[in-house]
Amino acid sequence: MEGPRIFFTLPFFGGININETEINLTIVTLILLVLSLVLTHRMEKIPRKKTQILAEKIVITIDNLVEQTMGKRYMNFAPYMMTIFACSLIGSLIGLVGLRSTTQDFNTTLTWALATAFFIHYVGFKYSGFVGYLKSFTEPVKFLTPINLIGIVTTPMSMSLRHFGNVLGGSIIMSLLYTALGSLSSMINIPIPILEVGIPAILSLYFDLFSGVMQAFIFCMLTMAYISNVGPSDDIA
Amino acid sequence: MNNIDGITLIKAASAIGAGLAMIAGIGPGIGEGYAAGKAVEAVARQPESQGLVTKTMLIGCAVAETTGIYGLFIALALLFFNPLL
Repeated sequence: MEGPRIFFTLPFFGGININETEINLTIVTLILLVLSLVLTHRMEKIPRKKTQILAEKIVITIDNLVEQTMGKRYMNFAPYMMTIFACSLIGSLIGLVGLRSTTQDFNTTLTWALATAFFIHYVGFKYSGFVGYLKSFTEPVKFLTPINLIGIVTTPMSMSLRHFGNVLGGSIIMSLLYTALGSLSSMINIPIPILEVGIPAILSLYFDLFSGVMQAFIFCMLTMAYISNVGPSDDIA
Repeated sequence: MNNIDGITLIKAASAIGAGLAMIAGIGPGIGEGYAAGKAVEAVARQPESQGLVTKTMLIGCAVAETTGIYGLFIALALLFFNPLL
């Protein structure tokens, strides 16, 4: 196992390394940009094209999910959720075509988790004011305050480590399998590593495809749960 | 036994430690199995709520998995970026 390759170094601030993760994240951004441009090209009031119907289906699905999980008050979080989900999904699935998954780098998931942590505190600040926000750390009982303060750090930490660890663990198992099959086929004296064809696809279905979709979904669900927990619920409003 | 130096000893102990750290995988295994079993019970009792039960179970499984991921992380740290060496 090795870290992302460094392609070149920018000569600012004592050298910024541009590595594989950043290049692949740019590719992911371009894919998403092209996809959204194609899906929303020449929209009509009454949809007739398949691309517009697909785009509306995606938007309605994510809107319903946000409304179910967070309530009507937080509908303006739907675009953020969709962004994280799409970025995580395409970033994980990009590993299927041989590129390095962007979520295999701890920096990527930590960035998303920090953005989520910012929103958690922002929503708490916005809905309960400065005093109410500070008071929320002493709940449910006063002597739990240190644990609540530790929670500020551990929430983004556990969220990012969970996503990163799942993707990394899957990729380690896949590379171990490829190595094992490669040495097995060299053991039976075949010049072409014929055992590496087909057999890893079964495990790849779980470790790359299912795990990638699952982790993107779970990251979004946890983000929604954390954010809607700090603010008031629908019944009070 | 005379030609074993300190670095080799630390490497060997780290490999054993990485194996021991992965014992943490037992906990999430039991926890997720328990969650899945309870979800099956819930679906058997109320088949119409299958979608919600499945979603909740997957979230619960992901949270239960965290400790196992921490164990994996310790094992990886001992094997690939060992702070003791």
